Amino acid sequence: MSKPPVRDVIIIGSGPAGLTAAIYTARANLDPLVIEGEPSSSSDQPGGQLMLTTEVENYPGFIEGIMGPELMSNFRAQAARFGADFLTRKVTKVDFSERPFKVWIDDVEMHARSVIVSTGARALLLDLPNEARLMGYGVSTCATCDGFFFRGKNIAVVGGGDSALEEAIFLTKFADKVTLIHRRKELRASKIMQDRAFRNPKIEFLWDSVVVDVLGDTTVSGVRVRNVVSGEEFDLGVSGLFVAIGHVPNTGLFKGQLDMDENGYLITDGKSTRTNVEGVFACGDVQDHTYRQAITAAGSGCMAAIDAERWLESTGEAEHEIAETPRNW
Amino acid sequence: MAGNISTLTDTSFDEQIKGADVPVLVDFWAEWCGPCKMIAPVLEEIANENAGKIQIAKLNVDENLEISRRFEVMSIPTLILFKDGEPQLRLIGAKGQHQLLQELQAFL
Repeated sequence: MSKPPVRDVIIIGSGPAGLTAAIYTARANLDPLVIEGEPSSSSDQPGGQLMLTTEVENYPGFIEGIMGPELMSNFRAQAARFGADFLTRKVTKVDFSERPFKVWIDDVEMHARSVIVSTGARALLLDLPNEARLMGYGVSTCATCDGFFFRGKNIAVVGGGDSALEEAIFLTKFADKVTLIHRRKELRASKIMQDRAFRNPKIEFLWDSVVVDVLGDTTVSGVRVRNVVSGEEFDLGVSGLFVAIGHVPNTGLFKGQLDMDENGYLITDGKSTRTNVEGVFACGDVQDHTYRQAITAAGSGCMAAIDAERWLESTGEAEHEIAETPRNW
Repeated sequence: MAGNISTLTDTSFDEQIKGADVPVLVDFWAEWCGPCKMIAPVLEEIANENAGKIQIAKLNVDENLEISRRFEVMSIPTLILFKDGEPQLRLIGAKGQHQLLQELQAFL
């Protein structure tokens, strides 16, 4: 079999970080290929976590806010306008041990002089057997998709961060009552979201509590809640369960090849996006568990593009003449 | 645009499902559902490439609650494959073309 052509840059992942890296590398004539992932109903999909959100109110430049999916569709169209190529598939294997780097989708092998990793993070589930069994029958990973089916019903939302409060507030459009179950006595969500949630008459709070089981035969009928202080358990009758308890980075693909911290987040060098492998860069939530905002992800995507570009320039290996920076950006 | 995709409603559902001479894959969807929009072009391609072997039909859950309730749809997109009028396969959540084709293999 003949060797596949070598691209200057392959970008794995297509949230704000990956697509910003695509815009910048495309404008620098690096002809990027974005392997954007496959459709799913979780945050692990082309466009990333914003695809499941509604209104994004804090992305600068949009005075009245913008819908998450619309923002990501704009990012993608902007990258495509400058010539980025897209593959709507998931990478199944990588080999960063020698250059050019190798990236596989099943048995299709692709080669690249540099790789930008922007695979993001996905929402955690409770990891209970009955949660998996009742997925789609009352347990949902997508409040914007499924809220509609809970009109006039009672729902539980688990979590205490901004995502949990956003879901709880959104779900009050449909549900009679939303019970927010949080393992601590206070929320870690931002002040503005807390104020909105506390003001919402349909939201009730269960503090110091965790969900230990999901109840129901064919559809969800309730959750078993344990108070972590007293140890007491009781059943809360709900028809729906939405979980927003945090995230885990999508780095399984890079185990043994890229340095990670104890939680699986990729480690980058100082203020750069460089990983431990020269020529492989990481940006967005896959290397950031602190800020985790669309704007910080986009910012680090831009940094990864510039880091990749400078690195390619320094090796003199780039196939294309790299556009001068940053003047014409 | 959606030449090979038909539209079902609460009133037309039974007649069209029972009268079909090929398996029918029903896509329960709604306008507000992002993952539903994402799989729309995937379904269109599958419909075009498998015309005569499988019929793909869309049912808007917002406008057709009766059928959605009958099949206990509580999450969209849900895809249900009907053969000889009976549900044979149920897929919950958006999936890529590759994965969908694998799931549908036995019916193509």
